[in-house]
Amino acid sequence: MNKVTCECGHENPYGTYLCESCGKPLQDEGRLANMRYEGVARRSQTYKRSPVDKVWNFFSSVKVGIWIIVLLLVTSSIGTLFPQEMYIPPGESPTEYYAAEYGLAGQLYYDLGFHNLYSSWWYMLLVAALGISLVIASLDRFVPLYRALKKQRVTRHTAFMKKQRLYGEKESGEVDIDQLKTALIKRRYKVREENGNLLAEKGRFARWGPYVNHVGLIIFLIGGMLRFFPGMYLDDYVWIRDGETEVISGTDGEYFVENNQFVVEFYDEEENDILQPALMRADAPVVSNFQTSASLYKRSSEGSIGSGTELEHVKDHEIIVNDPLTFEGISLYQTDYKMNELSSFTFGVETDAEGETEALEDVVFTVDLNDPQMFYEFDNGYQIEIIEYFPNFYVNDAGEPTTENRVPDNPRIIFELFPPEADPETDQGEISLIGIQVNEELNGENDHTIRMLDADMVNVTGLVIRRDHTLPIIMVGGAIFMVGLVQGSYWHHRRIWIQQKDGKLFVAGHANKNWHALKKDLEYLNDYSDLPEIKDQLEEDKAAETEEGGTSSHVRAQQ
Amino acid sequence: MFELSSNMLYVAFGLYLASTVFFAVSITGRKFKNRSGEEKNKSALLGYLSAILALCASIAYFVLRWIAVGYAPVSNMFEYTTALGIAMALAFVIIYPIYHNRYLGFVTMPIVMLIIAYASMFPGEAQPLIPALQTNWLFIHVITTAIGQGILAIGFAAGVLYLIRSIDFSKASKKVKAIEFIMFGLLATVAYIAIGTGFGAADYTAEFSYVNEFGDESTIEYYLPPIVGPNEGELISEQGFSPVVNLPDYLRSDDVNTLLWSFLGGIVLYGGLRAGFRKPVAGTIQPLVSRVNLQTVDEISYRAIAIGFPIFTLGGLIFAMIWAQIAWTRFWGWDPKEVWALITFLFYAAYLHLRLSRGWHGEKSAWLCVIGFALIMFNLIFVNLVIAGLHSYA
Ligand code: HEM
Repeated sequence: MNKVTCECGHENPYGTYLCESCGKPLQDEGRLANMRYEGVARRSQTYKRSPVDKVWNFFSSVKVGIWIIVLLLVTSSIGTLFPQEMYIPPGESPTEYYAAEYGLAGQLYYDLGFHNLYSSWWYMLLVAALGISLVIASLDRFVPLYRALKKQRVTRHTAFMKKQRLYGEKESGEVDIDQLKTALIKRRYKVREENGNLLAEKGRFARWGPYVNHVGLIIFLIGGMLRFFPGMYLDDYVWIRDGETEVISGTDGEYFVENNQFVVEFYDEEENDILQPALMRADAPVVSNFQTSASLYKRSSEGSIGSGTELEHVKDHEIIVNDPLTFEGISLYQTDYKMNELSSFTFGVETDAEGETEALEDVVFTVDLNDPQMFYEFDNGYQIEIIEYFPNFYVNDAGEPTTENRVPDNPRIIFELFPPEADPETDQGEISLIGIQVNEELNGENDHTIRMLDADMVNVTGLVIRRDHTLPIIMVGGAIFMVGLVQGSYWHHRRIWIQQKDGKLFVAGHANKNWHALKKDLEYLNDYSDLPEIKDQLEEDKAAETEEGGTSSHVRAQQ
Repeated sequence: MFELSSNMLYVAFGLYLASTVFFAVSITGRKFKNRSGEEKNKSALLGYLSAILALCASIAYFVLRWIAVGYAPVSNMFEYTTALGIAMALAFVIIYPIYHNRYLGFVTMPIVMLIIAYASMFPGEAQPLIPALQTNWLFIHVITTAIGQGILAIGFAAGVLYLIRSIDFSKASKKVKAIEFIMFGLLATVAYIAIGTGFGAADYTAEFSYVNEFGDESTIEYYLPPIVGPNEGELISEQGFSPVVNLPDYLRSDDVNTLLWSFLGGIVLYGGLRAGFRKPVAGTIQPLVSRVNLQTVDEISYRAIAIGFPIFTLGGLIFAMIWAQIAWTRFWGWDPKEVWALITFLFYAAYLHLRLSRGWHGEKSAWLCVIGFALIMFNLIFVNLVIAGLHSYA
């Protein structure tokens, strides 16, 4: 498309409305110049025909961007109305839970998919649209803005000066340009001079703040999306009993962690004067700390294959809630625990000879509930076999005894006992089912009773195993975002133009925000030299408006 | 130490009150010192000095309590809400010297007082910290967030000022209704504090036995006279009387009762003021602020948001994520509190873009500041107390 040549000789891209070089308005639009992007031609404002243009223009529109933000905001809030699926009590079926707990609204919530809102395809789509919009809107503006700010000339067209919000003019009296220059430099302005005209500029880098923060956001969003690629993200769980060692998933069986000891501590009412009222009011003791004293091991590389696992000690760590054990990008977090899980039962045997029970001193044995030995033989000839072991006993729908899992929460053992005279090969022994407070004889009257003498318990620690390769990306994104945010919010781009032309002195000022500070700077300049009275033309407009009682805005910033 | 800390808070409260009075005098007693310029106005200076002293006393409260309880005092509703009030005072003390706007003091100081008084309605005793809270990230995250929200709250104060000054109260309109609704909300909060403090001082309690939502017999204690009672409630204490109605089991009847009292108190206060002045309440304030320069107030509110937004983001999202990664194994878990922090963030992002690109200055911008503050309050009160999650203080 045609370039537009300004009277200063500069060739501007089609669509420009303030000459990139001298600032002369090339299109007439109102009393104040639209300085948002220095009056440059943005792609989205210029090309409007092809489908690519249409998509580009759609996403570069801040109006659209704001709609995306608002949609995200509103839908996100709906997602907090009822708990998300991951927060409903474990074991509850979501199909029934929402309806049962929250009635019709709950049912609707579930049917519409709000129970999994944040991983739903349309929420993802909104986030993706936000990302695309960020990229396109930023490119659309950054490139021309960068060019315009780089190309700007010191001497500006009078029309440009007049259209600035802060503006003043007077007959040129005694103005000492050098003195003004010194004053401006003292205020840390960068000053350029051309034929007795000044352009003082400060904090231009603040203009890049939004673009920097948008880049940070995009990196952050990309990091978030990468999570869904396999291998980027590991999330597992391990329960370890005191004294046991478990392999750490995600390490190809290379690393192991041992729980040396798990402890829980409680607040002590006696010791904490200040906490006493609150502790007394609480129904249960309040946990002050829980921690796993852990050791990390690595499979030794020297150990030849088949020689069993040789474990090499790597390090010890006290894992507490805010201090995970971390190695090679994997972290083990203290998240849960279980106190007093059954670990072993010790049994003895009694005989019921002639109505008198007598304990057999020599027949005492211990069953490890996590890894039971299945056969026990004694010097006096007794033999005991475990026929069936249910760590977590329950009777299933078919009426058969079975176990829910391998955790010995409700252990039941079926024993077969052979007295010395019986032969396990041929004879049927005495069969009994034993558990906590359960002792049933399964095949008629037995002559012997197996009695539980003791139960040992152990503490179990629950650790989350987490590796997140997206973290570095997310952190870089977050850091860049913050830098850009601060850059654009705590610094401001200010410019002051001072020009002499045809025996007149013109002063104009522009700030991308914080006009207050720019006005202060101009007041300060006035102490150095006799400047014309500077008017805030926007305020004048406003004042005029209030008198007329109208509300229309003269400067409708164009997006 | 603990005692001393509580006393410092009383001192601070008194000084905030003094500051409010000075700022009020500085704008109403202007006639005496006309033409001397804003800076020369002695009562505005005294108001600012009182605000500084009040801030010092508040910080003394904070530090002493920290030493006494051994952790940063930001771990329950009382402590956090107080911290938010202090943060708002801090923001004011920083922003005032830039603009020297005494109207801002006149609006901000009462809001600070209201927040701190509201905080004192929650149990103020020291709380045992659960393991997840035992880390320096507690104060890094919470204090940064509070400061961010405190600065954003200045945006609210300036926004309200803008609205009171600019709205035409001579005829009924939606705008008048909306601003009056804000006034009613503030007055209902005042009523809640007054009623709660009154009955609290009188040690009022009424105990009910009732049937809770699980169908079990239980008891519940009321600290305000029961207008509404619990499900199948039966008064078992000597004090109290039979409520007008009993509520169904899925409502927390004591909370509803408190809400009702606040509402009724609000109606009495609001109705009284309205009948007394024969004008909308905000319209009654309007003449006091008729000299406010709208342009300046608009800029103050925008700057407060521009300054507060990065700090809020840093504390409420970035530090929050770092801590969540350390304590809860993931930096983001879509917990209601997290989502509401995100919503607040998105809202202010939308505000900035609307202002920047759509030219939403002045009145529209002021309304947005009000909504933003409403979101912060919603996050504080509703999300903490009603929508339970990992972060819940309840
Ligand atoms: C949650 C997401 C976003 C955040 C946190 C964000 C943040 C920001 C911030 C802080 C500014 C500077 C505002 C100021 O200085 O007052 C800004 C400016 C801007 N943003 Fe965003 N933004 C987001 C999304 C978007 C989207 C989706 C678009 C796309 C249309 C967009 C387009 C712009 C534009 C055009 C500017 C002005 C740039 C300039 O001054 O030259 N932003 N953004």
